[in-house]
Amino acid sequence: MEPVEPNGDGGAAMMPGAPAVALIKMYAAREEIYPREAKGRYATVRWACVWLTQLVFYGLPWLNWNGRQAILFDLAARKFYLFGLVLWPQDFIYLAALLIICAFALFLVTAVAGRVWCGFACPQTVYTEIFLWIERRIEGARGARIRLDRQPWSVGKVAKKSLKHVAWGLVALWTGFTFVAYFSPIHALLLETGALALESWAGFWILFYAFATYGNAGWMREQVCKYMCPYARFQSAMFDQDTLIISYDQARGEPRAPRARHDPVLATLAPGAAGDCIDCTMCVQVCPTGIDIRQGLQYECIGCAACVDACNSVMEKIALPPGLIRYSTGHALTRGLSVGAIRRRVLRPRVLVYSGVLALIVAAFAAALALRTPLKLDVIRDRGGMGREVEGGAIENVYRLQIMNTGETAHRFKIAVSGIESARLATPDEATLGGTATRALPVRVRVDHGKGQPGSNQIVFELTALDAPSLHVKEKAVFFVPR
Amino acid sequence: MADFTTGFWDGYITVLTLLSIAGCGLLLWSQSRYKLKLTPAQDGEAPGAAGTTGHIWDEDLTELNTPMPRWWMWLFYITIVFALAYLALYPGLGSYAGKLGWKSSGAYQAELKQADADYGPLFAKYAGQDLKAVAADPQAHAIGERLFMTYCAQCHGSDARGTRGYPDLTDNDWLYGGAPSVVKASILRGRNGQMPAMGAALGSDKDVEEVAHYVQSLSGQQADPIKIVFGKAKFGACMACHGAGGLGNQALGAPNLSDKVWLHGGSVETVMQTIAKGRSSTMPPFGDFLGDAKVHVLAAYVWSLSNQTATVAQQ
Repeated sequence: MEPVEPNGDGGAAMMPGAPAVALIKMYAAREEIYPREAKGRYATVRWACVWLTQLVFYGLPWLNWNGRQAILFDLAARKFYLFGLVLWPQDFIYLAALLIICAFALFLVTAVAGRVWCGFACPQTVYTEIFLWIERRIEGARGARIRLDRQPWSVGKVAKKSLKHVAWGLVALWTGFTFVAYFSPIHALLLETGALALESWAGFWILFYAFATYGNAGWMREQVCKYMCPYARFQSAMFDQDTLIISYDQARGEPRAPRARHDPVLATLAPGAAGDCIDCTMCVQVCPTGIDIRQGLQYECIGCAACVDACNSVMEKIALPPGLIRYSTGHALTRGLSVGAIRRRVLRPRVLVYSGVLALIVAAFAAALALRTPLKLDVIRDRGGMGREVEGGAIENVYRLQIMNTGETAHRFKIAVSGIESARLATPDEATLGGTATRALPVRVRVDHGKGQPGSNQIVFELTALDAPSLHVKEKAVFFVPR
Repeated sequence: MADFTTGFWDGYITVLTLLSIAGCGLLLWSQSRYKLKLTPAQDGEAPGAAGTTGHIWDEDLTELNTPMPRWWMWLFYITIVFALAYLALYPGLGSYAGKLGWKSSGAYQAELKQADADYGPLFAKYAGQDLKAVAADPQAHAIGERLFMTYCAQCHGSDARGTRGYPDLTDNDWLYGGAPSVVKASILRGRNGQMPAMGAALGSDKDVEEVAHYVQSLSGQQADPIKIVFGKAKFGACMACHGAGGLGNQALGAPNLSDKVWLHGGSVETVMQTIAKGRSSTMPPFGDFLGDAKVHVLAAYVWSLSNQTATVAQQ
């Protein structure tokens, strides 16, 4: 018998006369995938997504707003600028809400249309697409690249490969630079980068992010989707038989029959003896994850529809109707549903629940953000003393008002206190705060002799901007009257 | 490191850690491939060729072999290399300190040093200036206020007006003197205010009460006129520190008894308590902890609280 080679390069040890031994490997080397360029409707959509997402990503840090960078996450100062909005660490709940919204949006989209996020908008797909484009410009199309990789090393091969990696490196470095520019003002960062005088952490993160981009989009590619991305593994929880998937119409395609256009033999065959699939393997060649969609839905499929584009162009060439591989659903294939029926089945409980939850969270998020007051007040009562007696027998308590003007405009604030009869401030009742500033203001509150009950009394501090009465906050505190 | 009384646990941890790492490596190596002996029945069937491991249960159940990518295996090996490098460089193996000599206390010191380097110049600018000039500087005032809120407000209150036993810093009544340099000395080196217990020296509770009434009369409070007369006669025991007229002595930190400021309370009962049992007050020294430059800014702030007219108008 022949030595068994289960997974590529290893061989099986065989000795004459001894029992046969097979070497089973639990790890296998990655096989290079050379995706053929797909052209068509979905490729156009994907490139539109690439342009859109990358214009936003590369462009946003360059925008200015009110004399500062429009989007800047200033980690050192703990201020997060988003156009007119300034978020403080206290607003972290908004980030949590945003992530929940993203998760539910992903669930909803997946339940309806499968992995369109993966195929069209995921950074892994987008950067791989950009890197593949560079690769094709330098090394040529699929066939040329396969031949180049099989060639022995030559000056031309070294030149092509070097050029490719340099080009990848430049894109990656620019991506890393842009990423860091979200955290550090871009103009200063550009000057520092140009002068190679970067602060060490900025330099580290530019290189790190560049390395991650280069590695993921240049080398790892589909490996990220297949082995690193958790989404690929739990998407099946959102799928059902009415979810749109890239599907090969087995009933129409099988049996596969390779042939040329208007094959004269074909006409002589009985109906159903030859399916529409001509086994040209174009769908396999364009697949960025290297699968054969004709084997049905597989976890590797990122829903990019490159095979749909490829198959449709082949169908057009051999004068058959398009859609042998198409977006369809499990039910549509087994029950022969029409497009209208597929659309009607979108409104099913799973989709409605996801939509309802998503709408609720989005509404709550928007309302919370719209009603948010860019002013915060914390009241810290001095614990050193319970309360002191001052002239006329009045009782005085001391508080520290932690005032945070989270907006960018300076304001003069009026401080008022209420809750006990005769409660008043013994310190100035106005305070000025600059934009995005914090101030700890010691104040003394005085209550006349005999007012309030001995022990704890609830009082309320109120802070109102003199120039904008709508900008106002209340905060409860305790006033202590000694027994 | 003397966390343990014997060296046994050091060895125990070291051996256990290294054995675990070696075990992980061994497991990884042994599980990444294996040889499958083919039974005569399987012989010729090419197990594994169809993507199976060759294991067959219950006659026809075969186990698919979908191998992990090889780079994933290398990641595992890299974690082992990382672990060994880490343990060589950093503390982790028992009491072995690591080649780099890293310590959490050292990291703290490095951060302190960095903070000093960052903010040092700011304080150095003021350290060379006269305290009154610093008090008039709005930026120094803001820094001083923050320092006060952090280090002083616990006792003296956020408003610096103190509470029973902790002096009010906003009035112009000073136990040890209100000159800027004296305020600074108080913060730098602290103060230890001792009022000795005079109960035994004065005699009975009646004697103490009479002295207390006299002391109250010094600041113009209502008091028993007869007790005042007797108390005045016995006040001699107090004069050594508080002076003949009870005006106090800032060199000793003896309070002025003729004003209306009472550190521990001004009622007859409290004053009697103070006289009979004495008082002990401590202002801790901040010089070693904060350093001279910070104390300089802080002293200027504290001084400015009772000298508002001398400083710039603060809101």
